Amino acid sequence: MAVEVDQSAQFSDYAHPERLVSTEWLESKLGAEGLVVVESDEDVLLYETGHIPGAVKIDWHTDLNDPVTRDYVDGEGFAALLGGKGISRDDTVVIYGDKNNWWAAYALWVFTLFGHEDVRLLDGGRDKWLAEGRPTTTEPTERPAVDYPVVERDDSRIRAFRDDVLAALGSAPLIDVRSPEEYSGERTTAPAYPEEGALRAGHIPSAQNVPWGKAAAEDGTFKPLSELNAIYRDGAGLADGDNVIAYCRIGERSSHTWFVLTHLLGFEGVRNYDGSWTEWGSAVRVPIARGTEPGEVPAR
Amino acid sequence: MSSDLPAPLAEIRDDFLALGQRDRLQLLLEFSNELPGLPERYSEHPDLLERVEECQSPVYIFVEVEDGVVRMHATAPAEAPTTRGFASILAQGLTGLTPEQVLDVPADYPHTLGLTEAVSPLRIRGMTAMLGRIKRQVREKTAA
Repeated sequence: MAVEVDQSAQFSDYAHPERLVSTEWLESKLGAEGLVVVESDEDVLLYETGHIPGAVKIDWHTDLNDPVTRDYVDGEGFAALLGGKGISRDDTVVIYGDKNNWWAAYALWVFTLFGHEDVRLLDGGRDKWLAEGRPTTTEPTERPAVDYPVVERDDSRIRAFRDDVLAALGSAPLIDVRSPEEYSGERTTAPAYPEEGALRAGHIPSAQNVPWGKAAAEDGTFKPLSELNAIYRDGAGLADGDNVIAYCRIGERSSHTWFVLTHLLGFEGVRNYDGSWTEWGSAVRVPIARGTEPGEVPAR
Repeated sequence: MSSDLPAPLAEIRDDFLALGQRDRLQLLLEFSNELPGLPERYSEHPDLLERVEECQSPVYIFVEVEDGVVRMHATAPAEAPTTRGFASILAQGLTGLTPEQVLDVPADYPHTLGLTEAVSPLRIRGMTAMLGRIKRQVREKTAA
């Protein structure tokens, strides 16, 4: 049973305002039937230090990734995870997390792969909730397990694989959401982030560099539509009808950009290439461009 | 050669391994909460601290070797409890050892704590890197 949408005026310009909720709205709705709050952080222990009352934790790495194959959990795994957390297929799920909802957006994107319909982000994430002095608890949340149906993951609409990217080169715009240093090829990891094993540095030819964090305002909320249009349409040259592919290093930062392009700007058919640089930068014979310019797509 | 592991490190490892996965996270959180603040002489001298670049969160370490005894200090923000936990394990496990004992700690000690499943191998790498940097500081400080 879905919970009513947050009608806050600050969301009304976005293409899909129903995908965001404000901290005020969420606090007023805590405990509502049909609402489950999910925390998803970069730090696997952050939830334990204090979380929104009633929120359950889903960890991007230990819960959403398959432990063996480099892939997400399958339909059965997802059903077991959500059922075990007490989340029903028709529940409204509000996800929030640290670092401007970086990992929350990633979780939302994975929920979308499984077609969980009503999944929203808390605008401003964990930091805004704490900054406003809203309630937190260290009490573990106990929700009775429910049956979540086994739904096969649909990788065809919002997920891109390496061959899709190769085929799209020159026709679909690519957005590289990593830091300028990673884009130009000075380094293979985000500044201050651990090495994740790409053998080559640079970017996919023709990709525009729009670091993911540009979509966030100082307080961690998403920037207003006019500013987002200036960044992605005027700046990166995206136009309606483009089948955009976004990528980063392992597909997490680009989930954030996928959310912005899809739900805030209203682009259709945006895909996240989650193999991202850790795959492309180690793949044999794929084209790579270095430097600050997008570079030419090699003739085929 | 885990049989030669210094007692404090062996105890920490055994404490983790005695627990189920969920409780291991709780124990890591306890370590995180126990990480002592920096001694004043270092909080006033941030230049003495070395950043552990391999960790996702800003964590800084400093190793002292005095009278043949190693002391390790670390600081990391409250928003990074996992990193604080890693630093705290090493601070408690290594402080009081001789430089030689520290250098002999197996590089894969972080992987023996049984946290790989609960925390993920990727995150454990940050702790491995921290241990490597500690050893390098010990080497530098005993070479003189």
